[in-house]
Amino acid sequence: MNVASFTPRRRLGRVNVPTVTLAHGGGGKAMKDLIDDVFIEAFGHAILAPLEDQARFYLGTLGVQGDRLAFTTDSFVVHPLVFPGGDIGSLAVCGTVNDLAVGGATPLYLSCAVIIEEGVAIDLLRQIARSMAAAAQRAGVRIVTGDTKVVQKGACDKLFITTTGIGVIREGIELGVHKARPGDAVLVNGLVGDHGAAILCARGDMALESPIESDCAPLHGLIAELLTAVPGVRFIRDATRGGVATVLNEIAEASQVAIEIDEDKTPIREQVKAFCEILGLDPLYLANEGKIVVIAPPQDAEAALAAMRAHPLGLGATMVGRVVAGDVARVTMRTVFGGQRIVDMLIGEQLPRIC
Amino acid sequence: MRYLDEFRDREKARVLIREIEGLVRTVDIAKKRPIQIMEVCGGHTHSIFRYGIQGMLPKEIELVHGPGCPVCVLPMGRVDDCVAIASRPEVILTTFGDAMRVPGSKKSLLQAKADGVDVRMVYSPMDALALARKNPQREVVFFAIGFETTMPSTALTILQAENDGISNFSVFCNHITIVPTIKAILDSPDLHLDGFLGPGHVSMVIGTAPYQFIASFYRRPMVVAGFEPLDILQSIWMILKQIKDGRADIENQYARIVPDAGNSPALKALSRVYELREFFEWRGLGSIDHSGVKLRDAYAHFDAERKFAIANVKIADPKSCQCGEVLKGVIKPWQCKVFGSACTPETPLGALMVSSEGACAAYYQYGGIKTHMVTA
Repeated sequence: MNVASFTPRRRLGRVNVPTVTLAHGGGGKAMKDLIDDVFIEAFGHAILAPLEDQARFYLGTLGVQGDRLAFTTDSFVVHPLVFPGGDIGSLAVCGTVNDLAVGGATPLYLSCAVIIEEGVAIDLLRQIARSMAAAAQRAGVRIVTGDTKVVQKGACDKLFITTTGIGVIREGIELGVHKARPGDAVLVNGLVGDHGAAILCARGDMALESPIESDCAPLHGLIAELLTAVPGVRFIRDATRGGVATVLNEIAEASQVAIEIDEDKTPIREQVKAFCEILGLDPLYLANEGKIVVIAPPQDAEAALAAMRAHPLGLGATMVGRVVAGDVARVTMRTVFGGQRIVDMLIGEQLPRIC
Repeated sequence: MRYLDEFRDREKARVLIREIEGLVRTVDIAKKRPIQIMEVCGGHTHSIFRYGIQGMLPKEIELVHGPGCPVCVLPMGRVDDCVAIASRPEVILTTFGDAMRVPGSKKSLLQAKADGVDVRMVYSPMDALALARKNPQREVVFFAIGFETTMPSTALTILQAENDGISNFSVFCNHITIVPTIKAILDSPDLHLDGFLGPGHVSMVIGTAPYQFIASFYRRPMVVAGFEPLDILQSIWMILKQIKDGRADIENQYARIVPDAGNSPALKALSRVYELREFFEWRGLGSIDHSGVKLRDAYAHFDAERKFAIANVKIADPKSCQCGEVLKGVIKPWQCKVFGSACTPETPLGALMVSSEGACAAYYQYGGIKTHMVTA
């Protein structure tokens, strides 16, 4: 085991009340019981149970896996906490795992810091901690350190989670947002917009019901296979907040190139299209939690698509457009109708249109 | 998507564009200046940009983006009044999504929400009424905006509230009506417009008869158009055909949705609940007679203006704004002095930069590609 192990075993505490109170954040026995009963119970005893203030790693074993560390952090404040296709727990694990993986890193360890609003049901916390554990297992990472805070009613919205992740990058992998060149292919690994649409539906504000599920998934396996098959891939980014449109703008800006995509080659689920039609939203700006945008040199495009399609999370991989010479930092889309329009950065949040 | 994809067919578009190009060559005015066609409705502006329609048309056709975006034309004073109502501790203010971004003189509803004011987004006024039922100790106010498209749903919600005896629900009515505004535009001396794409959703409620004066008095063709890109191309073709034939008629391209007589239950609800205001202020266009509606006295108890005695703030448009000239097609958005500098979608000065359906915001965001790139 790479993490420095410990010997003494201690008996884990138990929570006997139904909801979290400020006492659970007080640093005393109630807090220890909560951490034991909810988090250590779910994440596994071995590493966390001694409750040291830090996780410890042997550098030697890390060094065998690559030549650089990747280090990232992300906070999760999603509402509602549980939604079709996932919950804040699976999201917090997949989000950080994917942020490591898109840099070419093998994700290894996560931290988990939670801010809990008093009054949250212990059972809900358990459910979310177990979901984190399951997602971590699926992603091949371990949650090795954490923190728990409880705040007064109204000071946060039920539960906020911050995960920080460490991964190791293999020698020779050099991905960069500035590396896109005219002629490169723009690829995605499947249907876009599912997560954003699922969350908007789950909030219930729109009084629309739909079978759309979040695409929340850890993408480390897909990306590892892609990079093994096509080491020449220039850049990968997960298209989370702001969607595919935002990632394309970031690439065009950083690489000082133009990008042209085809509306009819952009894969979008029929239900998501319909959802966007009704509300006047653009699916290109909807968040994804299991989708990446890949920039590959022209000669590697087919191999990259084949590598992604060979993985269960890349079955729907497709080429949506090309990097082109032209107005730098500009993303345009050839519409289904044969026209052309600019796909700009969103100013604020997308809001449903009145009519 | 069935019933939508058919109206976005690229091949049919090519055929129509060729027809349009052929027609343009036979129209005399096109030899002297561009043919200006105004789409009155913000929904059309949205489709035109979303599908890149302007760039597909021959350069002799210039689309002028009209005043039909209710979010854009809402004056700052009304937003200030709305924020004042929303700031009362007992009030839950409800509204449509994009109305939250409209700037007042100090703040938008979105900013007020960030300051702790209870503002909630709803998809229908009925959702606001449901909220009133659920929160009997609070006052739920619906910030009603829009043309005849959204007017009936507000009216029916008021009738429902009356029927159910709900007393903690009211409407801050900012509904406006498009016909007097088209007339005001037609009366302006610097007008060049050669024809109109009529608003499809408004017409679904009011029918086509109210536009007759445009053809008979002002001698301009109008085609009530649907919102899919083929609808728009076909309607442009129909307008050109009228120009070529020397006709000025009110035609209905959107007959699959728009009955010529309108929707009679909706019209009944409108006349039961609303009466015309003497005048209403429009951002960018100023005060226009009989262009807004208010609740009739019989429904005064649902009228937030009377329930909360608002200040009725009047705030003049910024002097540098040229929204009025853009709206009338006298200048293009990017020819405005403040376009993209003092006035951007993040900090809109003028009406047309406010909503994504406003002509300026649409240009800023989507770009008219060819037109804009050449000229900008």
